[in-house]
Amino acid sequence: MRINIKYFGQIAEVTQKEEESLEFSGIFVSDLLNSLFSTYSELKNTSFKVAQNQELISNTTKVTGAEIALLPPFSGG
Amino acid sequence: MIKKKQYLTNKMSRYSRHIVLSEIGQIGQDKISNAKVLVIGAGGLGCPILQYLTAAGVGTIGIIDFDVVELSNLQRQVLYGTSSLGLNKAIAAKAHLQNLNDAITINTYPEKLTHLNALELFNSYDIIVDGSDNFNTRYLVNDACLITNKPLVFGAIYKFEGQISVFNYNNGPSYRCLFPNPPEKGTAPNCSEIGVLGVLPGIVGSMQANEVLKLILEIGNVLSGKLLCYNALTCETSILKIKRNALAVSAVLKTQHNFKNTQIETGCEIQVANLNIQDAIAQENIQFIDVREAHELPKVTDLDITYLPLSTLETNLHKIDLLKKKALFCKSGMRSKHAVSVLHNLNITNCFNIPQGATEIINFIKERNKMISNAK
Repeated sequence: MRINIKYFGQIAEVTQKEEESLEFSGIFVSDLLNSLFSTYSELKNTSFKVAQNQELISNTTKVTGAEIALLPPFSGG
Repeated sequence: MIKKKQYLTNKMSRYSRHIVLSEIGQIGQDKISNAKVLVIGAGGLGCPILQYLTAAGVGTIGIIDFDVVELSNLQRQVLYGTSSLGLNKAIAAKAHLQNLNDAITINTYPEKLTHLNALELFNSYDIIVDGSDNFNTRYLVNDACLITNKPLVFGAIYKFEGQISVFNYNNGPSYRCLFPNPPEKGTAPNCSEIGVLGVLPGIVGSMQANEVLKLILEIGNVLSGKLLCYNALTCETSILKIKRNALAVSAVLKTQHNFKNTQIETGCEIQVANLNIQDAIAQENIQFIDVREAHELPKVTDLDITYLPLSTLETNLHKIDLLKKKALFCKSGMRSKHAVSVLHNLNITNCFNIPQGATEIINFIKERNKMISNAK
C-alpha cells in the first residue's frame, strides 16, 4: 500500500521535505515510525503526534489509511 | 439624555456592518457587547486578536502580559510603534486600543500569568484566548481553562506555520488531549530567538479572533475537536481531528485543589551563561538579583540588589528590569543557574549567572573598597 506521509514544522526540517510517498503493507504506526527513525535519526529526538487520514491516532494503531501526518507542538506566539 | 441618544446612534453606526448581517443583527451585537474575553499575551498573536475584538465591540477585554515592547517586536506586533519601546505591552496595547474603541472596558494585567493568579483571573472572563509564546504558559492556560471550565481559543506559530483550535468547548478535547505533556527537554523549540514571518501571527491571530466571535455569537462551526494547520509558504490548510482523552482531562482536574503549588516545568535545555564578579560590577546597565530565600545571610551590601527568592520567582517577575542585563546569584551558583534557566524559558533573556555566590561577591567588594581607600 502506498502511503503519503506529511511532515509539519520542525519535522519537515529534519526530513528536508514536506511530504513523501512510501510503500508499506500490514504495519502498525510504531513500525512506520521505526522505519522513519532509521532514515531520519534526528526524528527520535523530536516531539510529535501522528495522524492517519486527518485523525490523531496512537502508535499501536494499524496503518490502514492513505495519509499519515507527523505533527509537532508549536509554542510560538 | 441627548448625549446618551447620540452615543446609541454612534453605536448603531459603528457596528452597522455587523448589525446588517442577518446572522448577527442587534441581538448578536449585544452578545458581543456583553462578552468578556481574556487575551494571554499581547505579542504577535495578541495584537491582531486584540485589535479585531476591540473593533468588534467586545464589551470587556482583559490583557495580561508582563513583557515590554522591544524593537524586534515591531516587525509583527502591529499595535506598537517606536514610541511604545520600553513600555509594558498590556499598557501600551490598551493605549492604542482605547483610541480604536473607547466604549469598551479594557483591563490590563502587566504581570506574568502564573499558577497563583490564573484561576481567579480566568473566573472573571467567559472566553480565554492563548497568544502566549512558551510551552509552560500554554499548559498552564489549558489546565486553568479545564479547571475553571472556560473555552480556550488556541493559536501557536512556528516560522511559516500555524496551529489553531478551540479547546474545552462543550466537552470537546483540550490541548492535553492532543499533546498530553509538555515536550521533553530539547525535543521542541521553545525559545524566543526562532524567526517568524511577520504576517503569520497576523493571519493566525485573526483566525483566533474569528473563533472568539463565533463562540460569542453561536454561529457557524466552532473549531472544536479539530486542529487547523496553516502553512504560509504553500497556502495549504489541513484540519486534523482530535478526540477527547478523558484520562488526560481528569488528571488535570485532580490538580485543582493543589493548583497554586504546581511547579513550573522548564521547557528547553539552555546553556546558562556565567558572568564573573569583576565584569558584573564593572557594568553600568545591570540589575543584581539575589535568588536566595529571605532569611539567608550574609546579605550583599554596597550594591543595589533586587531580592527575588527562587521559591517565589514566578510571582515576582515584575521586579525584573527587562531593559537591563541581569546578574543572578545565590550561595553557590546552583539555584541562580536554575533561575536563569527558568527565566529563559519565560522568554526573559539577557540573564547571567554569577557562579561564585554571595560570599565571594561580598569579599570582592571589601577588597575593592580597601583598594579605593588605600589609593586615596
